Amino acid sequence: MSWLTNYVKPKLQKVLNARETPDNLWHKCKNCGQMIFQKEFIANQYVCAHCEHHDRVPPKDRFDALFDNANYTLLDLPKVKIDPLKFKDTKKYTDRLKAARASTGDEDAIKVGVGKIGGQEAVVGIQNFFFMGGSMGMALGEGIIAGAKEALRLGLPFVMHTASGGARMQEGILSLMQMPRTTVALQMLRDAGLPYIVVLTDPTTGGVSASYAMLGDIQIAEPGAMIAFSGPRVIEQTIREKLPDGFQRAEYLREHGMVDMVVHRHNMREELGKVLSLLMGGRNVKAAAE
Amino acid sequence: MSKDTGDMMTFLEFEKPIAELEGKIRELRSFAGGAGQVDISSEVGQLETKLSKLLKETYAGLSPSQKIQVARHPERPHFQDIVGHLFEDFTPLAGDRAFGEDEALLGGLARFRGQACVVMGHEKGSDTESRIRHNFGMARPEGYRKAIRLMDMAERFNLPVLTLVDTSGAYPGVGAEERGQAEAIARSTDKCLQVGTPLVTCIVGEGGSGGAVAIAAANKVLMMEHAVYSVISPEGCASILWRTNEKAADAANALKITAQDLLNLGVIDGVVAEPLGGAHRDPSRAMNMLGDTLEDALRDMAGVSGDRLRELRREKFLAMGNAGL
Repeated sequence: MSWLTNYVKPKLQKVLNARETPDNLWHKCKNCGQMIFQKEFIANQYVCAHCEHHDRVPPKDRFDALFDNANYTLLDLPKVKIDPLKFKDTKKYTDRLKAARASTGDEDAIKVGVGKIGGQEAVVGIQNFFFMGGSMGMALGEGIIAGAKEALRLGLPFVMHTASGGARMQEGILSLMQMPRTTVALQMLRDAGLPYIVVLTDPTTGGVSASYAMLGDIQIAEPGAMIAFSGPRVIEQTIREKLPDGFQRAEYLREHGMVDMVVHRHNMREELGKVLSLLMGGRNVKAAAE
Repeated sequence: MSKDTGDMMTFLEFEKPIAELEGKIRELRSFAGGAGQVDISSEVGQLETKLSKLLKETYAGLSPSQKIQVARHPERPHFQDIVGHLFEDFTPLAGDRAFGEDEALLGGLARFRGQACVVMGHEKGSDTESRIRHNFGMARPEGYRKAIRLMDMAERFNLPVLTLVDTSGAYPGVGAEERGQAEAIARSTDKCLQVGTPLVTCIVGEGGSGGAVAIAAANKVLMMEHAVYSVISPEGCASILWRTNEKAADAANALKITAQDLLNLGVIDGVVAEPLGGAHRDPSRAMNMLGDTLEDALRDMAGVSGDRLRELRREKFLAMGNAGL
């Protein structure tokens, strides 16, 4: 130990570098780089006012924007076994979970609400990308199953908003099993003649895209959303060439027949309300006749 | 990983002591054969006892990453070997009727121990040319859409479905993405859970993620003793979570990918024993053992109605993870 290594930085630096503004006053658009007043950005549903780039939205803001008068009730979701594999990489899985819970205030990566969208009542599931990348583990699977069952019980359509990097590796094979498990839940809706709508948001990839995210009666995507089975990096490593512009974006998927429509977030409530009431129309006629 | 000794057999890294012992026995035999009347039977006998003990010890204590090597062993029986050995009148059917034929996922009509059925599975190929033709067992959307077509047909003609899983995963390519790899896998899984005839799956080698599950949402899911089944390859998992794929062995341990682990987790319904030293040491015996287990599984479901089979399958998956952990 010499005085060179023991050297203590003068405290003055802290004073000099202190920020005069809070961190979250401004938002820099990830697409065009424009600075936007954070409050305005949120009021605009996380859409850039300059380039219309759709950024990721926390579930609460999405629920508020989607349901009529921001009026809805949240479903209590079933508890699941925590860390069944006792998984540890560079960190313990339980520590990662704790951190995600602390930063989001949520139990896991899904929330389910019931309310009216453009006058039509529906059960709505929203996946939270800010919770461990929206990864699909047992809690998420249970959440979707609970949402589908609630829709079944109430005779309502189920609308699922997807946002996920894929399976939650820390739950190993049990995360993979959520692919067939959630599919069973959707089959129950199908058997009952209830609509299942998917809203694909950025990003939807891996095991999530290869199960409930692609099984909607109607597939809606948000502009620019990345929707893929294999992520672009994996593909680039495999084929060793640059990928075309717009590859695996919402518009590209629409062009290739994988989604029905690309809908601007500001029009989502209106569009969903219309589609839901049309799909439920036949059912209502049938009910009236009986 | 594997090392060709110039002999027919390919030895894995951890099989080195076994290979040496086998080499010694062979040498002794050829020496005795050349020299004429030297009696070596007791020496050979001793060495053979030692060999079988060594094999037993090695294979009883395989680590998950060693299991992966066994599951990927080039001489392990593949789809076409198994179908050739256990099935009669195999009639391969080609194409998804929309875009093309995918030889990474083969399937068709066949007779299994007297019973007409639909059989399908991933084929990895056995030499450079066939590996390329079969795309190393990595299926594209067309493969999964062909699987859907075959399951539809099975239902229409009341035939049971047997699927053999052996893939490192669905193919990650531009064309595959363009034509809806995710949707094809989702629909194929959906169809597995929908089909109204018995559906039995065996993971015979590698069960790689969504590309495996797409034909493995079955009434009975079996695994060969040294097969692996995982949500992501340990190499991929290590490079994401540890940020280096040198930690693949750690990832393999953490992910719980062996047949024994998956049985404990309640994810699979049974383990098919392999001959001592793995299926590649005695493929024909390994395949017979597989055949017997498949036959038992089908017998258990004989006479069960289509609706009930569907219900049982759905209930099984819904209950998964809620009990037994």
